[in-house]
Amino acid sequence: MSGGVIREPEKLLENTMARHHYAGDALIEILHAAQQLYGYLSAPMLKQIARKLRLPPSRVLGVATFYHLFRFVPAAQHTASVCLGTACYAEGAADLANILRKRGWAVDTPRCAGSCGLAPLVVCDGTALSRVTPAQLEKRLEDAYDSRNTIPDTAG
Amino acid sequence: MTPETLFQIQRAEQQRAAGLKDRILCCTVAGCLSGGAAAVRRAIEHEVEQQGRGAEIEVSGTGCMGLCCEGPLVRSSAADAIYTNVTPADAGAIVSGAATVYLARRTVKPDHPFYAGQHRLILANSGHTDPERITDYIAEGGYQSLLRAATEMTPDEIIAEVRRSGLRGRGGAGYPAGLKWELVARQRAPVKYVVCNADEGDPGAFMNRSVLEGDPHRVLEGMAIAGRAVGAQQGYIYARGESPLAIARLRTALEQARREGLSGDRIFESGFNFRIDLRIGAGAYVCGEETALLASIEGKRGQPIPRPPYPPERGLWNAPTLINNVETFANIPTIIEKGGAWFSSIGSPSSPGTKVFALAGRVVRAGLVEVPIGTPLRSILYDFGGGVPAGYEFKAAQTGGPAGGCIPAAYLDLPMDYDSLQKIGAIMGSGGLIVMDTSSCMVDIARFFMEFCRDESCGKCIPCRAGTVQMHEILARITRGEGAEADFGMLEELSGLLRSASLCGLGIAAPNPVLSTLRHFRGEYEAHVREHRCPAGHCRMKEGGQVGNLPHQATGVNLL
Repeated sequence: MSGGVIREPEKLLENTMARHHYAGDALIEILHAAQQLYGYLSAPMLKQIARKLRLPPSRVLGVATFYHLFRFVPAAQHTASVCLGTACYAEGAADLANILRKRGWAVDTPRCAGSCGLAPLVVCDGTALSRVTPAQLEKRLEDAYDSRNTIPDTAG
Repeated sequence: MTPETLFQIQRAEQQRAAGLKDRILCCTVAGCLSGGAAAVRRAIEHEVEQQGRGAEIEVSGTGCMGLCCEGPLVRSSAADAIYTNVTPADAGAIVSGAATVYLARRTVKPDHPFYAGQHRLILANSGHTDPERITDYIAEGGYQSLLRAATEMTPDEIIAEVRRSGLRGRGGAGYPAGLKWELVARQRAPVKYVVCNADEGDPGAFMNRSVLEGDPHRVLEGMAIAGRAVGAQQGYIYARGESPLAIARLRTALEQARREGLSGDRIFESGFNFRIDLRIGAGAYVCGEETALLASIEGKRGQPIPRPPYPPERGLWNAPTLINNVETFANIPTIIEKGGAWFSSIGSPSSPGTKVFALAGRVVRAGLVEVPIGTPLRSILYDFGGGVPAGYEFKAAQTGGPAGGCIPAAYLDLPMDYDSLQKIGAIMGSGGLIVMDTSSCMVDIARFFMEFCRDESCGKCIPCRAGTVQMHEILARITRGEGAEADFGMLEELSGLLRSASLCGLGIAAPNPVLSTLRHFRGEYEAHVREHRCPAGHCRMKEGGQVGNLPHQATGVNLL
C-alpha cells in the first residue's frame, strides 16, 4: 500500500482516504481501514474521519454504529468466534458459546461463517475447531489455556 | 489485450498443462482451510521439492470441490481422483502417485454418487483451476464470451440471448434476468451501473462465497457482459465483510483483469469501457435487499427505501442500475458461449438452468451441489447428500434461510424449482438447504430465525422493527413452555401485519419460517403450549414441565 518503509497507522489511514479522494461515499471502506489499523474505532478517530471527509460527525457515527462489524472498544485479549448459522446452531453451537463466555472470553457470534460442512465451528484466537463437541472444547481450553477460568498472560 | 492475445494465452496455457505429469490441486476455500488445508498444501509442495519433481508436477490452490464435510480435499489430475480428509502425512503418497492405493478408502472418483449426477456449469472450473491465476480461467475458454459480446454482438443481441435462456435471478425472488436487463437497457441516461449482489447473508448458505472464492473471473466476466448489454461503464461488487477470503480473491482477480485490459477502457480494442470496483459490507443482513445495498455502496446506513421506482429506473446515485446476484452473473458467460436455447434445455421449463445448493445439517455428505433446477429434494438429499446418518430420522429441510420455510418429509419428492417451492410455503432462496432430524425442534428453529430477523431489522419501518420483537417474544415463551392458546392467533395476526405493511423483503419474509412451521408442524407448537412438552426433546421447559418424551441420551441430542 504505502511505498515507504515507515508504516505508521496514521499515514496508512491518510493514504487510504487519499486513494478514495476523501469521498464521503467511501466512508465504509475508510472505517474498515481504520479498524484494521487501530483495532477499533475511537470517538476522536470518528471525528477525525468526519472532518477529513467533510461529513457531519452524526453521519459517521450513524453509519459506524449501523453495521455489526465495527467495534468501539478494543478487542479482548482472547476472542472466540462461535458460528451461529443455522447448521451450527442445530448442532449445538449455543452451548459452545456459553462455555467460552463462562471462561471470560470475548465471544462474537457471526451468523454463519459459511463452513456449514464443519458445523459446529468455533474459532479460538484464530484457530478453527470444526465439528467440536462441548467436551472437546472444554478439554481443548483446559490443555491450551490456564484451567483456573482466568485468561493467561501470554503473548499472542 | 487484443483478441489474438486471449487465444495465445489459452494455447500457451493448454500446452503448459499438457507438459505436466500431474497437477495437484488443493482446495483452499474457507471450509477446507479451517480444516487445515494450508498445512496440507505446504506439505505437498515440500514433498514435490524433496522428490525433485518440481518441473513435472504443479501444486496449486483451487476452488470448492463440493464435498466440504470431508475436507481438506486434494485433487490429482493424473489419477483423476479426489482424496478426502487429507493430512500433511499423506503428502508422500499423493505426490508419488501411490495414493490411489494407499488412500483407497479416502479416494473419490468422478463416478462417485456425489459427483456423478451433478451438472456443473457455475462450478465447472471450481476444483479444477487456480482461482488466483487469470490464465487458468483463460485456458478454460474464459473471457471468450466477453470477447464475443464486446466485438461481435450488439447489446440487443446479448439481451435476446439472455431472454431466450429463460434465466431467472438466483438471488431468491427468481425475476427473469432478461427482462431486468431490458428494463435497464431501455433507460435513456448518460450513466448507468451494474451491481453484483454478493452480500450472501443467509445463515447456512455458502454458494456465492464458494463461487467467488473458486472462480471469481466468471463473475467479473458476467458483469462486464451485462455492462455491455445495458450500456453501463461502471460496475460494483458488494461483497460480504465476513468473507475475507472471497474479498481477497476478488481483489486479486480485479487487479489481474485490470492489468490484462479486461476491465477498463477499450476492452478487446472495442469501444466498450467497463470498470469494476469492489465494495465491502460491514455486517448487515438487510444490505442483501437491493435498495439497502445501494445505500451501503453510497457509504450510508444500509436502510431500504420504498419501491417503486425500482433500481432499473433509479438506483445507485439515482442512475438506472442493474442488480443481479453472483450466481446470476456466473451463468452469463456460459449462456453467451453455448446460447440461450441450449441453456433453456437444462432444468425445468419454467426455471431453466442449474442451481447450486449448500447442503448442510444432518446429512452424511454436507457440501455444495449443483444440479438442474427441478431435481427432487429426495435426490439432492439421498443421492448427493447420502441421506441422514444412521440412527437419525429425517424431519424437514429448511430452504431460503430466515426468509424461507421448511419442507417436511411428505414433500420429499417435490421438484426444487421456484414455483413448486412457493406452493408449499417455502422458497428457493439463494440455495441454502439445511437438513434437520427429529431431534430438532421446529418451534425453536422458528424462534432462531425470528431472533435473527429481530437483530437484523434495520429499524426504519415499525412493522418490522416492533413486529419481529413481539413475534420473537411469543416464540421464546412457547419454547419455555409458557405459551398460551391465544399465542397462535397472535402469531398469525402479526405475520399478516409484517407481510402486508413492512417496507422491504426482510420484514415481509420474516414471518415465513413461523408460518411454514405452523403449517407443517402445528402439532409441535400445540405440544409446547398445551402439554408443556417439547416433542423433539430440545427445549428446556419451565419448572413443572417435562423435557421431551425420550431420555436425553437416547436421541443423541447434545443441544442445550
